[in-house]
Amino acid sequence: MAKAPLLEVRNLRVEFPTRHGTLVAIDDLSLHIDPGEVLGVVGESGAGKSMTGAAIIGLLEPPGKIAGGEIVFDGQRIDNLPDADIRRIRGRHIGAIFQDPLTSLNPLHTVGRQITDTIVAHLPLTARQARTRALELLREVGIPAAAERIDHYPHQFSGGMRQRVVIALALCADPKLIIADEPTTALDVSIQAQIIVLLKRLCSQHGSAIMLITHDMGVISETADRVAVMYAGRIGEIGPVSDVIHSARLPYTIGLMGSIPSIGEEVERLVQIDGSMPRLNETPPGCRYHPRCPQAFDRCSVERPELIAVGSSRVACWLYDDSNQAQTPLPVRAAAKTNRDSPRINGTASAKPLIEAEGLKQYFDVSPPLLTRILERTGRRIVQAVDGLDISIVRGETFGLVGESGCGKSTVARTIVGLFDATAGTISYDGASLSTREERARNQSVQHKMQMIFQDPQASLNPRWRVSEIVAESIPRSRRAANGGVSARVGELLRQVGMSPLDGDKYPHEFSGGQRQRISIARALGGEPEFLVCDEPTSALDVSVQAQILNLMVDLQRSLGLTYLFISHDLAVVHHISTKVGVMYLGRIVEWSATHRLFTHPLHPYTRMLLDAVPDISKTGTQRTQVEGEVPSPIDPPSGCAFHPRCPFANDRCRTETPKSIMVEGTSIACHAVEEARLPSWKAA
Amino acid sequence: MISYILARVLQSLVVMLCVAAISFSLFTYVGDPIANLVGIQSSDEKREELRESLGLNDPAPVQFVRFVGRAVQLEFGISYQQKRKVASIIAERLPATLELSILSALIALGIGIPAGIFTALNRESWFSHLILSGSLVGVSLPTFLIGILLIFIFSVQFQLLPSFGRGEVVQLGFWSTGLLTASGLKALIMPAITLALFQMTLIMRLVRSEMLEVLRADYIKFARARGLSNRTVHFGYALMNTLVPVITITGLQLGSIIAFAIITETVFQWPGVGLMFIQAINEVDIPVMSTYLLLIASFFVIINLVVDLLYYFVDPRLRVGRGVRA
Repeated sequence: MAKAPLLEVRNLRVEFPTRHGTLVAIDDLSLHIDPGEVLGVVGESGAGKSMTGAAIIGLLEPPGKIAGGEIVFDGQRIDNLPDADIRRIRGRHIGAIFQDPLTSLNPLHTVGRQITDTIVAHLPLTARQARTRALELLREVGIPAAAERIDHYPHQFSGGMRQRVVIALALCADPKLIIADEPTTALDVSIQAQIIVLLKRLCSQHGSAIMLITHDMGVISETADRVAVMYAGRIGEIGPVSDVIHSARLPYTIGLMGSIPSIGEEVERLVQIDGSMPRLNETPPGCRYHPRCPQAFDRCSVERPELIAVGSSRVACWLYDDSNQAQTPLPVRAAAKTNRDSPRINGTASAKPLIEAEGLKQYFDVSPPLLTRILERTGRRIVQAVDGLDISIVRGETFGLVGESGCGKSTVARTIVGLFDATAGTISYDGASLSTREERARNQSVQHKMQMIFQDPQASLNPRWRVSEIVAESIPRSRRAANGGVSARVGELLRQVGMSPLDGDKYPHEFSGGQRQRISIARALGGEPEFLVCDEPTSALDVSVQAQILNLMVDLQRSLGLTYLFISHDLAVVHHISTKVGVMYLGRIVEWSATHRLFTHPLHPYTRMLLDAVPDISKTGTQRTQVEGEVPSPIDPPSGCAFHPRCPFANDRCRTETPKSIMVEGTSIACHAVEEARLPSWKAA
Repeated sequence: MISYILARVLQSLVVMLCVAAISFSLFTYVGDPIANLVGIQSSDEKREELRESLGLNDPAPVQFVRFVGRAVQLEFGISYQQKRKVASIIAERLPATLELSILSALIALGIGIPAGIFTALNRESWFSHLILSGSLVGVSLPTFLIGILLIFIFSVQFQLLPSFGRGEVVQLGFWSTGLLTASGLKALIMPAITLALFQMTLIMRLVRSEMLEVLRADYIKFARARGLSNRTVHFGYALMNTLVPVITITGLQLGSIIAFAIITETVFQWPGVGLMFIQAINEVDIPVMSTYLLLIASFFVIINLVVDLLYYFVDPRLRVGRGVRA
């Protein structure tokens, strides 16, 4: 490292003055980025990673302010520049990319105008030259038919395409550094893979360095050169990416790595870090992680550790201080993980399905009003959210349903529990038919055995009810009198999900996201269900909290003999928790089989594409094959096999004939190419 | 584009027909028109004859069609009290109301929008706080009280402005205007301010809250992160997006300025259609009342139509379809 660093942050301190005193959001943070380097910044929400990025470009949300330290960019101090000067650096020398491409663009201007506005603001070009450059940029980021698309408005682009436009905007003045704040979090895995590849390629072509802020270790592991792990406003560990991932030294990093499910290994339980990140107004003294740290000793709660060199990394932890002899650090990938050897359910796994759906269809009418239809001579518009889906789940198993957004997986969940009335098809539960609303009304007692857990624990709990009222809601009337009444039962339910019965008197907002999800689970358990439908139950949670919830779900399944339908977009999570996995594409299950088989011998080209695209910590340093295209609209799905436009093996039959499911070595698969045995065998990465 | 406009126009026609039905039913259900036409001494036969000749014995739908047909030709019958054509009474009165309302609307928009933008961009300045506290007065004081206060101060105490009427008017063809004489302009000031005050504060607060909302949006943050100047960000990006929702509310408010001119016109004895309506109610002058109803409804419908079309031009999400998804 002979060259001077491009960006150097020294002892940065960010404060938020509030009515109740000053909150320190970032405390004494130092890092540097070399020219052309990719520095990953990871951490759970509230760690201060986005705020660090905002502080660098001088865009802290008021009342937040830089209260100490300095930021030096390219030899110039930029943290104390007047507004007009820092503005000239933003966009020109430091570009930025934000999380949500759907909201990052001004909806009222064409993308061309937004790009030329930015170019003209920084470079001495005429409007015409700027437009030529904008066109080049759009071509460079891979917008097809750029000459035509330049005059389109943001709403005419899909999410992935919009993120490409955002990248073009960030790159338009050739900045030396790009701060990418969760650039792929809002995107589907296949699009995420495309964007990561694009971002890396462009930055290396333009010689830009990247500060990649994300909570996703998978993305970091295959993108970054170095990683900084943040916790509660401080850097805990910083070093080369392979060192941090494969031989983490900080107990927090070790725990974090262990809590991430990986498709590379099968474990029964994830490493669990109890508790959650402290809020800004209650940061503990000494090392901020010590209350959750399994290896904390006296010094940790008193003295704050500074970064010290350990191997090629730098770690802020007293375990590595020379004076420490009391403790030795735990090995990486803690032994708490046990291999999954037996099926989770002790009882006999009968082959008779508990829940079964056949030919399930759920259509939604999204037609414009009649008058508009007549005037514009358009027909009805029907979203075929679920289009002929067969599923059967055996008692005691966990059926994981994966797919990208818009594939209809949440609709399946809602239709099965009866939130929607199915357009066609049959649903039966333990032999009782629940296909129509009348049948559900007749079989109330069966209906009660199904409960649902929703994605967003914030939105699915009534904020004006006490926790005890929320949990008590699902307890059937017939059970209310038994066993000491409702309050005893509520206390028991709360204990079951790892909370205290005393928490029943509080309101949902007094709890963290993970605790709220526990409350939702307690509510679902109140009905004494046999079958739980979990719709993305952990995707709104941080990884360490996700591990807690996944472990809880596994424990509950064991002790209560539950059956799960687990819906997620996250392949690693589904791989971890499921015994069987179904892959959905445009309203159909294209492939399902036992988890191990699906992940080691995927047959369907779409499954293979997903497995290829998913960033996973087990794939650190490997190259990926790029995935083309995006999920088509379910309003007007492609003919034949819905996947054929993106499939490298598609032939004329695929384009015209919808494939039927067949069984191949225990895998149910709907693919002509598999049927005709013209698919190459799968080489795992 | 054409189908969008056509759909809106068709919807407007349906609304107008409904209003016409209500307005028509006033004749049938509020009093007997014959009783208002003939003297007390008229015999029953004569009444029946009159009823037959006026077509009042025809089935209601036939009468309604006839009513709509005449209304389209701007024939609204004859006022019971003034024994003149309602259309010509309104033509006489309407310019006064329109001049008052349009000036009020201009004041409300011209001050309300800039004040809203200023208070949103300079949240912490003392001037913003002053404007916001002042605007509470506009929201909380009833219109008639403000009118009476203004009269008390400027007419009674200082004797600067006339307390009632339109002053001298000049006749331009069918249109009588007060804008061309000094006394006409003086007379317009107080009623216009009185009528504008409430709308102005409402528009200001609306613009302010919408703009604050927009300034928090991701695309504004991203625009700043690209180093665009404050000017571009505030006026090129934020303002346009602020105006999209503001247009709807503002359109509705302009309609109500015309409709609620009644109170202001009463306080200032302004010879407009509002005052006419109040008099018509006192005298149970059904033709005038029902015509007023039609008139106000048509104003609302036209303004809404214009708002919808404006929307169409401001917001590309309505104008341009999603197009090809690449």
